[in-house]
Amino acid sequence: MRGKPLATIISAGLSKFGRREGVYARELFAEAALSAFHRVGKLDPSKDIKAAFIGQMSEAYEHQAHTAPIAASWAGLFPAPAMRIENACASSGSALRCGIMAIMSGLYDIVLVGGVEKMTNQPTPEVTGILATASDYPFEQWNGMTFPGLFALMATAHMHEYGTTEEQMAAIAVKNHKNGALNPNAHMQKEVTMDEVLKSRLVSWPLKLYDCSLITDGASVVILTKPKLAKKLSDNYVHIIGTGQAQDTFCLHERESLTTVKAAKTAAQEAYKMADVRPKDINVAELHDCFTIAEIIGYEDLGFCRPGQGGKYIESGAPDLKGSMPVNTSGGLKSKGHPVGATGTAQIHELYLQLTDQADRRQVKDAEIGLAHNLGGSGATAVVHILKGS
Amino acid sequence: MSELRDPTIEEFYRYCSERKLMAVRCIRCRTVMVPPRAICSNCRHSRVEWVELSQKGKLVTYTVVHVSPPQFKHMTPYAVGIVEMPEGVKIPSIIRTSRPEDLKIGMQLEADFSPRPQEGGWPNWPRYFFKETD
Repeated sequence: MRGKPLATIISAGLSKFGRREGVYARELFAEAALSAFHRVGKLDPSKDIKAAFIGQMSEAYEHQAHTAPIAASWAGLFPAPAMRIENACASSGSALRCGIMAIMSGLYDIVLVGGVEKMTNQPTPEVTGILATASDYPFEQWNGMTFPGLFALMATAHMHEYGTTEEQMAAIAVKNHKNGALNPNAHMQKEVTMDEVLKSRLVSWPLKLYDCSLITDGASVVILTKPKLAKKLSDNYVHIIGTGQAQDTFCLHERESLTTVKAAKTAAQEAYKMADVRPKDINVAELHDCFTIAEIIGYEDLGFCRPGQGGKYIESGAPDLKGSMPVNTSGGLKSKGHPVGATGTAQIHELYLQLTDQADRRQVKDAEIGLAHNLGGSGATAVVHILKGS
Repeated sequence: MSELRDPTIEEFYRYCSERKLMAVRCIRCRTVMVPPRAICSNCRHSRVEWVELSQKGKLVTYTVVHVSPPQFKHMTPYAVGIVEMPEGVKIPSIIRTSRPEDLKIGMQLEADFSPRPQEGGWPNWPRYFFKETD
């Protein structure tokens, strides 16, 4: 199994991310699906795609549950079976694992995996409340915790334990906005300065507005097949060579350490072992920067640097687009946007572009191995995938 | 404990209405847990007992929430944190303080309780919270 392709991505597509007024989730999903279909002329999607696994977090945004058959049929997949996978912000990362398992089991030759969220038709306090449903109701939500709040608790602990600074967190935002400014699908295609980040209004101290990812509408899709069928269907394909997923305690307060996401470490170890690669072999990575502190902790959990050194790592310039380990070339959740259910496969979409040399102005030269890190909630779910160009 | 109550969240909050901060402890490995549950999170043993926690603990991390869901709007901004109890369990809590800028990791806080709300519906729980010690 080590280093062998588990399943192969023959195409990927993204809707435009942003405030998409008057567009329903299903319509965003169809937009992402069409952009994926356009890349594979040899595929007859409605006939060849046998099942769909679709990540979506909440029915509260559009008063709509049972969303997978809706999204699939709007994408022209009918009557193929469609499954909704909900793991908060890790919904479509988890859906991707389901797709891989479906391919590896031999049940299907070609499946579609994706995710979608339509968030901006609710005002920010309501969105804050809907997102908070992915934390524990009786102990976290009941005590006024929000998602910025939970990650702020980790940030405060990280600052206290390791001396991480607000400037180091702000540097994550500056880098990701710089990358997002080069991404035509990004929600906020705009650079920000360190000063703007530090002076932005408080959301949950020490996290400020520009430390937080965006409330975004968007959808993402990837098409998976068996490794041996890939060549017949597409000239641009990418192998998935490692997958890992793990749990941490559901409540943040139950964790031994508040400065690490154990599930991400465990998932990464599983994926690295399966892929037979080490952190230093990674050429490009998409990290779950729902808040700037999450990317700093992500560097540490994935072994890009030692525990506690994430703040220094961003200062070193290694994760810059031209650095030794470019992270969030898409702009990340911070600048590209974070339509919760779509995020996991949107990360995969960026890696697909990078590993097939289609990332345009964001292209990392000679990128061969890519890694995606997708967190659910405050880290009760973590999913890591490792991809290899063909 | 003289009384055998189920290791449930509802019972945890019933104790709060009696001004008691409670946790469950595994009778095999002695792990103390909040939220309460029937199966030990450490050793998976399925017998736990209620233990009363001290009402003073140490602040291990905190934040001040400025953007809140609608039900907390009236008290925004407010501080929340995680408090470590001498019994070896941590608890998430609202921290009532008039000076959030004075909060410090490591400071002592004490528990207090507010009554069960009068209105019906679910959830009908009293609240525990922490405040600065006198």
